[in-house]
Amino acid sequence: MESKFIMAFKEALEINYEINMEDEFRKYSEWDSLSHMSLIAMLDSEFKMQIENAAFEKLITVADLFKYISARAPK
Amino acid sequence: MALLKFEGVGVRGLAGCVPKDIIDNLKYNEYFSDQEAREVTEKTGILQRRFAPPGMTASDLCYHAAEALLNDLSVERSEIELLIFISQTPDYRMPATSVILQHRLNLSMQTMAFDINLGCSAFVYGLSVVFSLMEKSGLKKALILDGETRSRVYSPKDRTTAFLFGDAGVAALIERDPKYGGSYFSLNSDGSREDLIKIKAGGYRYPTSQETLAEQVVDEHGNIRSEEHGFMNGPDVFNFALREVPADIQRLSEYAGIDIRDLDYYLFHQANNYMNGYLIKKLKLPHDKVPSSIAKFGNTSSVSIPITIVSELKGELTDKKKVMLCGFGVGMSWATSFLEFNNCYIPDLIEI
Repeated sequence: MESKFIMAFKEALEINYEINMEDEFRKYSEWDSLSHMSLIAMLDSEFKMQIENAAFEKLITVADLFKYISARAPK
Repeated sequence: MALLKFEGVGVRGLAGCVPKDIIDNLKYNEYFSDQEAREVTEKTGILQRRFAPPGMTASDLCYHAAEALLNDLSVERSEIELLIFISQTPDYRMPATSVILQHRLNLSMQTMAFDINLGCSAFVYGLSVVFSLMEKSGLKKALILDGETRSRVYSPKDRTTAFLFGDAGVAALIERDPKYGGSYFSLNSDGSREDLIKIKAGGYRYPTSQETLAEQVVDEHGNIRSEEHGFMNGPDVFNFALREVPADIQRLSEYAGIDIRDLDYYLFHQANNYMNGYLIKKLKLPHDKVPSSIAKFGNTSSVSIPITIVSELKGELTDKKKVMLCGFGVGMSWATSFLEFNNCYIPDLIEI
């Protein structure tokens, strides 16, 4: 699941370099309100979930996001 | 559940009017760089918008649309017995703009007139209200006037909203005729999400003051607005639409016993191209049956569905067509309708 997530995450943000789970994703130069829309669409299509913004703002690293998703994604 | 069915009421004609001043989003660079403008434009698909010049209001746009429609269809003014004006940018806080339009359009004093204050869902809401009143025997004909000057609502220094919104107005003539067949509506609201799209100040809970007028940097990106400006929590609006829009279409489909694949056109509120494109994909709708005017007019709130019909479906509704309308946004408020158009008159888009 982790590799599926990383691939989908990079595709949504249009990132074509290696990323680390400890990266703070809002610091990527690709991150802005537009790539955030792509991430929302990816979460819906790949993981069948929406993350309300109040919860999303507490997720800082790529790992935070992955943990949040893996705890809630439909099995 | 607010699920409604009507028989034999439909849209006889629909006219649209926009300000002639075109804003080119790629050159909308007073506060943002050309590159930022290009990035936003590419993702949202909003190339142009129309901005009403100072002094022009939503009701002016509706007035010109209504004049064209009534004159072209040779409708006697005395036949209009119901007028509703839909807007969140009215002429005044009071009186209701619909009443002013009754007089300006030279309609009878026995016209029933009132305003509906809703946003992106409001054209569908307005149709349901007018269809309901028109199904009774009393009223001969009705006008729905739906206009917005959203260009004035948002801060031009706030990138999250500066490139999205535009101005437009429409007039729809509603009549009774068995040829229209059945129409179906699902109407919804969720006030727990009132903060997702909001102008906080200027009403009676937060009256205008020096504080509400003061512009402030509101985030780490340097976006600037005041409490008199519109605010939008874009991510949660998208989350809301992903959750509620497909569910509402499904609910209405079951109620009406209509397979949405049997419809001829699907008209969505024009939010932005990315969000609408994803919704269309999620719903597995064929792109050629989903008209879009977002590139030309941007997001015009309640007007976006009918202005898309005027702009993209002129000549397509001359025979019987089954159409879905789906509006969603500020409130949060959302509504879906399946209805039949049959020989709907659509004049060329008016520019003033």
